[in-house]
Amino acid sequence: MGALFSTVILIAIGVVFGTLNERRHFKRLRKDEAALSHIKVYNLKSIPAHLANELEDGGVLVSGNVVIAIDYFKRVISGLKMFIGGRLGHYESLVERARREAIVRMQKKAQAMGAHAIYNARIEFSVIGQQPQMSGAELLAYGTAVKSRDIAIDGQTAV
Amino acid sequence: MTDFILSNLEIVPGREVVAYKGLVQGNTVRAKHVGRDIMAGLKNIVGGELRGYTELLDDARQQATARMVESARAQGANAVVNVRFSTSAITAGASELYVYGTAVVVS
Repeated sequence: MGALFSTVILIAIGVVFGTLNERRHFKRLRKDEAALSHIKVYNLKSIPAHLANELEDGGVLVSGNVVIAIDYFKRVISGLKMFIGGRLGHYESLVERARREAIVRMQKKAQAMGAHAIYNARIEFSVIGQQPQMSGAELLAYGTAVKSRDIAIDGQTAV
Repeated sequence: MTDFILSNLEIVPGREVVAYKGLVQGNTVRAKHVGRDIMAGLKNIVGGELRGYTELLDDARQQATARMVESARAQGANAVVNVRFSTSAITAGASELYVYGTAVVVS
């Protein structure tokens, strides 16, 4: 009885906070992505020739990472769904927002050093801790940030 | 740490590769600790970011990178190109962070 009660409580906490967190996170992501849209991210292995001579010499490796966990309610629901198979929508949105967050963090680092683009962006996923009560997944994004020689980027003119 | 270039492109933009020194690598294996585990346990109920782990892995990756840079410098290189990161779970509580690339001398 007690075990059932605590499970119900955990599920309730999961529903409330998990849903709130997710909504807030998506909102923040949309804002950040809009603010960082001038830092272009490419997964091209090399810089196109006609762009290469507009760049300053040198490049800097930038990365962004995030470790995320799913909430109790979604874990229980997804666990049940695994009996019948099919789409696990809860995990889809979890991984999606973690991946976007990792990219945003990478862009922020590029912005801090005054870069305007990131080339050869790679996104990597790894599971950390496989115990059922203690699991998380890490998303890592990394790439080479480059500066444009042109001082007037994104509409700002040099004084 | 002055003027050492890391790039995950096969070149360094605007610079010319003068000499190739070969593969350099750095790794570190980290275990999570109890304090962070308690927080992570709570986060497994409400969901969201496990900030302690994010920092732990970021920190570990920097250390692995520093080791790679150190071995590149020992060979007289001033840059590492085509850098790749890789993470693997060694046991349930520990991860290995591995970084590798090609040490080069650029102009």
